[in-house]
Amino acid sequence: MGRIFFFIREGLRALRRSPAPSLAAIVTVAVTALVLGVLIPVLQSANGKTNEVRNQVGLRIFLSDVDASGQPLPVGSVGQQAPPAQIQELQAKLEAIPHVQSAQFVSKDQAKTILSDRLRDENREDIVAQLPGARNPLPASFDVQPDDLANLGSVRAAITPPGANGKPTPISPLINDVNDSRDDAEKISGATTAVRWVLGVVSGLMLIASLLLVANTIRLSIYARRREVEVMRLVGATNWFIRWPFMVEGLVCGLVGAGVAIGFLLLGKTVIVDPLKNNFNLIDSTGTIGFSTLALVLLGVAMAVSAMGSGLTLRRFLRI
Amino acid sequence: MARRQTQDVLRTRQRTTRRPEHLTEERARPPIVELRRVTKVYPGGHVGLERVSLRVDRGEFVFLVGPTGCGKTTLIKTLLRELQPTEGEVLIAGRDIGSLSDRKVPQLRRRIGTVFQDYKLLPNRSVYDNVAYALQVIGASRSEIRRKVPDALRLVGLADKVKNFPDQLSGGEQQRLSVARAFVNHPPLLLADEPTGNLDPNTSIGIMQVLYRINRTGTTVFVVTHDREMVDKMRRRVIQLDSGRIVRDQAAGTYTSDDESTREFARRVREEMGLEGERSAY
Repeated sequence: MGRIFFFIREGLRALRRSPAPSLAAIVTVAVTALVLGVLIPVLQSANGKTNEVRNQVGLRIFLSDVDASGQPLPVGSVGQQAPPAQIQELQAKLEAIPHVQSAQFVSKDQAKTILSDRLRDENREDIVAQLPGARNPLPASFDVQPDDLANLGSVRAAITPPGANGKPTPISPLINDVNDSRDDAEKISGATTAVRWVLGVVSGLMLIASLLLVANTIRLSIYARRREVEVMRLVGATNWFIRWPFMVEGLVCGLVGAGVAIGFLLLGKTVIVDPLKNNFNLIDSTGTIGFSTLALVLLGVAMAVSAMGSGLTLRRFLRI
Repeated sequence: MARRQTQDVLRTRQRTTRRPEHLTEERARPPIVELRRVTKVYPGGHVGLERVSLRVDRGEFVFLVGPTGCGKTTLIKTLLRELQPTEGEVLIAGRDIGSLSDRKVPQLRRRIGTVFQDYKLLPNRSVYDNVAYALQVIGASRSEIRRKVPDALRLVGLADKVKNFPDQLSGGEQQRLSVARAFVNHPPLLLADEPTGNLDPNTSIGIMQVLYRINRTGTTVFVVTHDREMVDKMRRRVIQLDSGRIVRDQAAGTYTSDDESTREFARRVREEMGLEGERSAY
């Protein structure tokens, strides 16, 4: 027990008596923690955006209208919406397909509303109003979302499996057409994959660079005191007896450095990010790491890295 | 105070002389230092020590002399197990230190006080703390530290500089401090590698007096030196090394052998004039 206090006292003594190298370590830790603290939420939010885009790509299945007797009408003919029982049956079938996340029904009426909403934005809602009487030429449809963009093809194949003659045949006579906007899907898939890769590589490099920077600074500060270590060994100090004060020192450097960085991050968050949040969709922080979690992670990583950096660097000078 | 010191020393001696059962009566009190045909060849092929055998008994005062590069420092380093000999055995108090595990090496070093030419003090500790560190390392209690540190500082004459830092001391004072640290836990063996190498003659005498005083308490003192005057004045055992070999081992000797041949004299003159490179001609 007395030992622990001795090591803490020794570690703090070094900080007090030769603050310059420790100060360098603290500044380095603070700067890297600051960069990481900014980078982590930014990368997360960028990744969230690409996920959002990927999730918007799906299949749209257009349904044929039916005539008064319930038979599907050929393409282009306008009739009634299929009866609810048939639609529910089809929905159940679609949802049973592997990799289908959701199948959302859009009725003829909803389609008309969506169209008029869209036209209203362009001030051309008169086009909908010009539709004669109750006639609604818009087909009902299903929006099918695969669980991942990569599974789009297999879902489509399951909806229109090859029939007896080898041609794709829909699983229901109601299905008129399947639109998977394949070109868009491929473009988006390629682009988002690239973005993910870039983000991954950038964050990996940043992490390595910051670890090396911290380790190197600590190394320098210990190198400056290698003679001290030599003397300690000469009077018969065990390796851990020498190591603990250095690790305490590293812990304190990490703590102070991360504390400074968290202070700046908090300042930046309240002064810059929070006021902009309402105006910019991109800054929307839903799905990014919470501030307190981020602070804890930074604190833990900084302390662990600087303490371990000290301990490992010392190994060179502790060889017997 | 002197009495307590003597008691401490007695205690130390009792501890070190506790005999292991398996030893015969004859070997019951092994010499404090024993080298058995120790050879050290450095990776580059340079021979540091060549079949060196020597015995130093408890309580002796030994000078180790010889030209630069003759293997004196190599010898000191093998005693501290900073270096492992290529061949042969090094025994401290009868124990082969070559067989010590790395974890046990600090224990060995706690039993050997060391003094170096460059003092090797901890720069950011006060005089008191520098000495106290040697006791903290061995896990001494606070009361023990409070008792022993002032004793050691008084012994070397630094009792009034307790709060100073090493850079506020003169060279002689720094060396005294280093001696106090080496002696504070009363090791049975004290190694001094050129303790007066950086000091003027008067200061050197002071250091030697302290070492002598320490020797009188029963500690074996092993001094590597170039200080001719000191060796000649003290008339102690002198071991002379040359090219890694012991060329002289003389009780109550002088820096140079009494029957120095003309050739040896010539060599010495050349060395002292800084022409050591030509040594290889012999």
